[in-house]
Amino acid sequence: MRYILASVAAALTVLAATVAMAQDGPLRITITEGVIEPIPYAVPSFVAESAAAQTYADQLSRVVAGDLTGTGLFREIPRDAHISNITSFQSPVQFADWKAINAQALITGAVDVNGSGQLIVKFRVYDVFAGAELGEGMQFAGTADGVRRMAHKVADQVYSRITGESGYFDSRVVFVSETGPKDQRAKRLAIMDYDGANLQFLTDSRAIVLAPRFSPSGDRVLYTSYDTGEPRVHVLNVGDVQSRILPTASGMMSFAPRFAPDGRNVVYSVTQGANTDIFKMEIGSGATTQLTTAPSIETGPSYSPDGNRIVFESDRSGTQQLYVMSASGGEPQRISFGAGRYGTPVWSPRGDLIAFTKQNAGRFHIGVMRVDGSEERLLTASFLDEGPTWAPNGRVLMFMRETQGAQGASSLYSVDISGRNLKRVPTPEGASDPSWGPLQ
Amino acid sequence: MNHLSKALLLMAALAVSACTNPNRFPGDGAGSGSGTGAGQYGAGGIIPGSANDPTSSAYFQQSVGDRVLFAVDQSSLSPQAQSTLDGQAQWLMTNSDYLAVVEGHADEQGTREYNLALGARRANAVMEYLIARGIPTSRLRFVSYGKERPIEICSEEACYAKNRRAVTIISAGGLTS
Repeated sequence: MRYILASVAAALTVLAATVAMAQDGPLRITITEGVIEPIPYAVPSFVAESAAAQTYADQLSRVVAGDLTGTGLFREIPRDAHISNITSFQSPVQFADWKAINAQALITGAVDVNGSGQLIVKFRVYDVFAGAELGEGMQFAGTADGVRRMAHKVADQVYSRITGESGYFDSRVVFVSETGPKDQRAKRLAIMDYDGANLQFLTDSRAIVLAPRFSPSGDRVLYTSYDTGEPRVHVLNVGDVQSRILPTASGMMSFAPRFAPDGRNVVYSVTQGANTDIFKMEIGSGATTQLTTAPSIETGPSYSPDGNRIVFESDRSGTQQLYVMSASGGEPQRISFGAGRYGTPVWSPRGDLIAFTKQNAGRFHIGVMRVDGSEERLLTASFLDEGPTWAPNGRVLMFMRETQGAQGASSLYSVDISGRNLKRVPTPEGASDPSWGPLQ
Repeated sequence: MNHLSKALLLMAALAVSACTNPNRFPGDGAGSGSGTGAGQYGAGGIIPGSANDPTSSAYFQQSVGDRVLFAVDQSSLSPQAQSTLDGQAQWLMTNSDYLAVVEGHADEQGTREYNLALGARRANAVMEYLIARGIPTSRLRFVSYGKERPIEICSEEACYAKNRRAVTIISAGGLTS
């Protein structure tokens, strides 16, 4: 058990491009040139404890496997290689059979449907080479249409027991779904599970909608819409899908909204003439405070998780750069000094890093730096990568990538903060401007 | 009949020239109703509302020039842009019933929210120029579309140059028809 914990924790904290790690014991994780050797695990089909539960048993284990393998930290051993079958949740595990196929972690589970139609899902995690259970078995209850969520909760538990970090699977993403060519693009807000399942549209495409951002608890979404003819910040209740315009200064463009960690305040940009500044509004009262006063463009504000500071972008130096100021405004400090332009800063939920979009020499990058601007690392490169958003555990970023040319289309990608495991997030249409919500 | 075919020929010629004219802005809400062959003709073969009617929005788009272009990341007005805007100001002075919305745009080489602010800067530069040329502020308004509404879709400077624009959209809002 200690082996799994130690190795994966090490893998997660390793950020340098080239690290070789050899260790004693059965579990080996070698990171070379940013490539990690994932931990092999097995997740046999969950046991259906009644006939009614049969349809969910396999789906649960498949979703768990999708989550774990999708992190790039784990590798599933295919079922046809399994020696043992798990036919009862209570029977003792034959560790030798799992060792023989080098499964270092084993996840077993069971599902039942109770009298009121609720699903009851149970699971256990084993460290095979230690021959012991990793943490306690757990049980969840939920409705049948929440079966994927229950599987995500299992996977979050497995992830956190093995890595020592909180998971991010039972979370949702709000984004802009896009159709049509570049010069006639139709956009509407959509929400989906982090893995692309359960997609639901929140607006139609009559007005341009941009850059939705989740509230800290995931109950509301801020976004910018042109439904009045000019860009204005709106706030939408996820529950009843009702939205209203935030009472920002009328007749002026307002955009780039983001919630404060308290969920009661919002920061955003207002354009007056040639000048764009950052304002704060208390949503309940509508009381506003102007936070920046420079005659340049100040936009893209994002709070530190403790709510004390705000990172934003400004072109006061002549090009877009990143600055940090107190949450009450005042003199900001520039933190980006590399070549090129920096925009769309977002503060990590762990508080330690700021993710950004960098534009340099005709290419776009998603990168991270420490909050003082040191240790900048670029994680991606393409024709157009933009707008990172943090997974709830601060280990993964999602962003939009647009392809080049007249047929250019946008889609969502995710990448580890180590730069590993770059992959496309499946969406039925084009997609941009993701905002990753909290663990539910 | 002869009259009509002449008018149609003229319109065809305009349509052809419009294809190569960077100042053409297809199908936005200018709402002039120009270009329909079924229009009535005024004196001297001028079809009201068509591009050879100097009080029409089609004329404004094609002959005065409804847009100015900007350098990368810039919002300053080139001498050519200023000359176009002088023409716009003159036209707006003459046709005082028209209101104008200046739409600011950016190319795709920039982040979305920054480009919104940049488009606003460009539109504002145009608006301030028109105000300095005597157009009342009450007739002018601006809005930025950032990189949301390119007219050219290639990912090359030839297209970007046309997308970095501010377009003056006129409407007969002052008329009480």
